[in-house]
Amino acid sequence: MKPLKIVVLAKQVPDTRNVGPDAMKPDGTVNRGILPTIFNPDDLHALEFALQVKDKLPGTQVIILTMGPKRAADIVREGYYRGADYGMMVSDRRFGGADTLATSYTLAMTIKKIGDVDMVLAGVQAIDGDTAQTGPQTAEKIDFPQVTYIEELIELGENDITVKRRLDKGVEIVKSPIPVLMTVNGTFDKCRSRNVKKLLKYKHARTNTELSREEDFIKELVEQRPYLHIPEWNVEDIKAEISKIGLAGSPTKVNKVESIVMKVSEAKVLDDSQDSIDLMVGELINAHVIG
Amino acid sequence: MEGNVFVFCETDNGKVVDISLELLSSGKKLAGKLNCDLEAIVIGNNISDIALQISKYGVDTIHLADDSRLDPYQTLPFSKIVSSILDKHQPQIVLFGASSIGRDLAPRVASTLQCGLTADCTRLEIGDHFERKTKVEYKDLLLAIRPAFGGSIMATIVNWDMPPQMATVREGVMKKEVYDENYKSKIVNIAVSKIIRTEDFVIEVLERHIELSKVNLKESPIIISGGYGVGSKENFDLLYDLADMLGADVGGSRAAVDAGFLEHDRQIGQTGVTVRPKLYIACGISGAIQHTAGMDESAMIVSINKDPNAPINKLADYVIVGDINEVIPKIIKSFHKLAQ
Repeated sequence: MKPLKIVVLAKQVPDTRNVGPDAMKPDGTVNRGILPTIFNPDDLHALEFALQVKDKLPGTQVIILTMGPKRAADIVREGYYRGADYGMMVSDRRFGGADTLATSYTLAMTIKKIGDVDMVLAGVQAIDGDTAQTGPQTAEKIDFPQVTYIEELIELGENDITVKRRLDKGVEIVKSPIPVLMTVNGTFDKCRSRNVKKLLKYKHARTNTELSREEDFIKELVEQRPYLHIPEWNVEDIKAEISKIGLAGSPTKVNKVESIVMKVSEAKVLDDSQDSIDLMVGELINAHVIG
Repeated sequence: MEGNVFVFCETDNGKVVDISLELLSSGKKLAGKLNCDLEAIVIGNNISDIALQISKYGVDTIHLADDSRLDPYQTLPFSKIVSSILDKHQPQIVLFGASSIGRDLAPRVASTLQCGLTADCTRLEIGDHFERKTKVEYKDLLLAIRPAFGGSIMATIVNWDMPPQMATVREGVMKKEVYDENYKSKIVNIAVSKIIRTEDFVIEVLERHIELSKVNLKESPIIISGGYGVGSKENFDLLYDLADMLGADVGGSRAAVDAGFLEHDRQIGQTGVTVRPKLYIACGISGAIQHTAGMDESAMIVSINKDPNAPINKLADYVIVGDINEVIPKIIKSFHKLAQ
């Protein structure tokens, strides 16, 4: 079997999963500014999938690709620490405001520029939007078949791959030819942790934008060790049409956003004594809620 | 905008599934407001009796693609057929269920047609949109309303310039209502072989194991729900004991599911099911918005938590500050004592 060239799509997202009390404003809405940014959880599973393919097929290249603002270079470094062979970002102000259609166009143009890609992997969805659309839309644009909601890698064949998918009710085992784009579910194996050697090797990996603000010794280091240079592609690099990117290329627009205010009700706060619990259970029975 | 309202109807063993019937009802209302027809797309094998199932929801035209190769669902042939029908008829609105099929199919179709798609909507309305930049008012657009950002905001999404306006809609949020028992639909048979080719069946379905969902939390009047704070799969036994006694079902937060304490189909919240029981007992759940988005409309909420400041307590009607391992046995004891 010949080694594969795999692109893993990864997104930097605000951590919307654990919006705790400290992220709440006094009016009950969420203060987004203080949420930390993280590697989108499903995308970590996609990276693990790619690394498992590489375990089976040594020589396989795993390329981590992220689209986002300049600070998203963190995602590329994180990919390196966990075992990616190459990383790159596509970043340009003109990509801003993109919905999933414009995003998938941008990613598809980038994948075409990378060239000769055998497999594209992405998480099922990103936690800031939960749309699950970018994967299938990218597949359509690069003319790859798609397999979504993968939770197990069953077998890697000569020119095909067999996986288990999670459906609403049950599971499906499918065999797809390669090339293919697959989206990996949160139920897939957890991503392996950072490797200490790789952490030491790649911690100074930088994009040009980052380098311009760095001290001289890091600039020199990156010059001496080209693998520390993270390519940063813009609109022209991927030959994207302006009308298909960013806000202009996005059919869906926001009409209105309402913050959800947590309802404030007068809770009866009780201790855990039998008497207190009897009081509550009695009230629930009298109100015909239970019993 | 010109064109009709289209609904993609999903089938399971020849039967149109609930989410699609809900969408037909919702689509009929939208079509009524827009003064246009409701059309359905049904794809499968041996489904010529489909009109009997869906005409009564007020479907004016059924586009039927019936072919032995079209069961089970496969992305490429289905997306080609749907794209071809939509391209030909230029609808203004197209709705899909936000199921594992709808969420696989709709984005592929939207990419083919270069149109907008809004995922996982919980409400659909018709309304106007004023674009501040160009000072243009767009009339009678689809307002696709969905939770976003982990459930902390509700976003209303519009698409005025790249039709059709497409959306996937969550199951259980729209009402299924028969429009007219005697309604008649026109049937259009699709010449499947003219649209799809053998190469479209590149993905081979080797095995399909449909496990009917054992739990249906959406229908449960009482839900005992556990979070990461329950601590272990074994500790969940207590929740099942309480549920057995009260005739309730057991659910949980994403954190509890991720930790392997309970099955995925019991997950409540943004990425799980949305529930509205008459009683919701939250055990060791802190109350991340991701979770509360799926249960905050419960009629009565009891929170059992060691942390008196857990965010979920703000939603609760009763808060018991304590360890579930002590509190639940006391509730069971109390119920035996007080219930007649």
